[in-house]
Amino acid sequence: MSQTRPAERSRTYADHARPWWQRVLLTPEMAIIALLAIVVLVASLTVRNFATPITLTFLLLDVATLLLIALPMTMVMITGDIDLSVGSMVGLSSVVIGMMVQAGQPMGLAATTAVGVGILGGLVNGLLITRLQLPALAVTIGSMALYRGIAVGLLGTTAVTAFPEEWTTLARANIPGTPIPLVMIVFAVALAAFVVLLHFTTFGRGTYAIGRSRDAALFNGVAVDRTRIILFVLSGAIAALAGVYYTLRFGSARGDNAMGLELQVIAAVVLGGVSVFGGRGALHGVVAGVLLIGVLSSALRLAGVTSDVINIITGVLLVLSVISGSILTWARSVRARPSSATPAQA
Amino acid sequence: MTPPTQPRRLRRLAAATALVLALSACANGGTPASDGDASPGTGTGGATSDVQVAFLPKNLGNPYFDTSSTGGREAVAEIGGTFSEVGPATAAPDAQVSYINTLTQQQVDAIVVSANDPAAICGALNDAKTIGIKVVTFDSDTNPECRDLFVNQATAEGIAKVQVDMIAEQIGDEGEIAILSAAANATNQNTWIEMMTEELAASHPNITLVETVYGNDDDQTSFDRTAGLLQSHPNLKGIVSPTTVGIAAAARYLSTSQYKGQVAITGLGTPNQMREYVADGTVTEFALWNPEDLGYLSAYAANALASDEITGAEGDTFTAGRLGEFTVEADNTVLLGEPYRFNADNIDDFDF
Repeated sequence: MSQTRPAERSRTYADHARPWWQRVLLTPEMAIIALLAIVVLVASLTVRNFATPITLTFLLLDVATLLLIALPMTMVMITGDIDLSVGSMVGLSSVVIGMMVQAGQPMGLAATTAVGVGILGGLVNGLLITRLQLPALAVTIGSMALYRGIAVGLLGTTAVTAFPEEWTTLARANIPGTPIPLVMIVFAVALAAFVVLLHFTTFGRGTYAIGRSRDAALFNGVAVDRTRIILFVLSGAIAALAGVYYTLRFGSARGDNAMGLELQVIAAVVLGGVSVFGGRGALHGVVAGVLLIGVLSSALRLAGVTSDVINIITGVLLVLSVISGSILTWARSVRARPSSATPAQA
Repeated sequence: MTPPTQPRRLRRLAAATALVLALSACANGGTPASDGDASPGTGTGGATSDVQVAFLPKNLGNPYFDTSSTGGREAVAEIGGTFSEVGPATAAPDAQVSYINTLTQQQVDAIVVSANDPAAICGALNDAKTIGIKVVTFDSDTNPECRDLFVNQATAEGIAKVQVDMIAEQIGDEGEIAILSAAANATNQNTWIEMMTEELAASHPNITLVETVYGNDDDQTSFDRTAGLLQSHPNLKGIVSPTTVGIAAAARYLSTSQYKGQVAITGLGTPNQMREYVADGTVTEFALWNPEDLGYLSAYAANALASDEITGAEGDTFTAGRLGEFTVEADNTVLLGEPYRFNADNIDDFDF
């Protein structure tokens, strides 16, 4: 980190020397959006049955959980933290609403309780990380096992499936007259809130500052620990909310629901241009990242590609997106030296 | 400073474009390949039907489901339709939904699925049924309202009876036997044990069930429980283990003990786990169903539904190739038949 610092500073300077349209368009986020557009175009032209409205419905139902959880995860990762417990929190939330519905409680109360459990779980993560000064990776690996353990322990190997049909239907229903699922309204509201929070408030600018340098942010008056705790609480709450949707969509509450989801979310967030070291990233890139993974697997499945190959392709894409940043930095440093020598030679 | 950055940025976009083209090439490569797999089936076999049957096992790369898909492929080839197999890499409860959605988009004629979760795939299956796709479940059923037909591999009565018959044959219809079960609260096993006890009392008065122990479907625990049984019951003549983990562990213990050949072991097992114990004489015969026949029957049932030969109502009959005629029973269920017995003569025909 420390040796890349001077290069970062000079890049920032160079970036700001460019015209505004270059700064907006020539970014990793726009590259992912362009890639998404190209994949959609190519798939529509070459994959049979892809260019149909029902593809959009199924695709959005599939990625809604990822989209929701990716929002707070983006902010958590911009501060340089990570939350590995989100998949387990989806499972725990699923078990909570399952058990409450089984006990005859109304859906609204069950969902509220589940989100409450999410807030609590996020708070535990945030407090352990900030008060005990532990790395988020270590703490959330622990809570990933802990929340999953509680979820599986509560329901055992059984599943609750007796959800009111109007709710399970609602979770899979479209906005009338469109192929867009209703859950996208929930996502749109959440997205708007997170865009404002991250890109238009001092709180949001603080997250970038924390990611660049925690100490520098602290000395500049950013409430570092409070910000990080709030973000973990948001992460837990949104994961629990996604768990409610997940449970209703499948009509099945199980302790092992959404196993491994955390890695899918983190993969999509990183693909969307968020640095794993913190300090950079934006929501439009992350949304495109999630959609890119969703569209790719949907198109490849339709084209008859097996799940192993789909995993390989998304894996390669992810590795490329991670190393492309490093390669660019390296290419710049190589270019920078000869170009500064050029005037002397010429 | 500014000009040199432009080509680099453009190069990145160019690289991204190249990547997508490569990816879409993969996608294109996939389509003809899957069609190619199926086309021999379409072209041959008298072409009585061009039915598209898609098998969706719990997960791919599982020998049990590889075997059932072999049966399915054989049946679809006989019918003259198009067979395909899709599925997730892991048997997660929600993993099959995307595949059902994909098959719905492709508008196949029938989906033959073994459900990872009885409820989680219901919504997706109902979407499929809405556009006229026939849904057959096999091996693991969904909730009954989510499918047209369930092909049941065996009934509890059949499983209980075959195990009692085998142990009676192997110990000469008299003496002490014990049961090595899975967990004490395992629903399936407890149902079978209850039926086996009734069957023993009714038809085999000279056989005494001295103890039932529980190995919790854990290899080491089952191994230790077997050792304990043989120590505490010196006159024991046979062990019945109605669980694949238990029978393999018990056979492993017996095969290296002084009781080998003296004490019979039978129950429910898979050929791959039991092969060496049948070969070395520890085990004479054990039972399960034949997954190849199960897949074969399921494909014929799917075709019968898709070609409107049957609706899946109780009393409907259809012919399933070499397996003969089947009748739909209560709850829209078709029964494969009696459990299948594996012994030294046939075990090498199976790989699951």
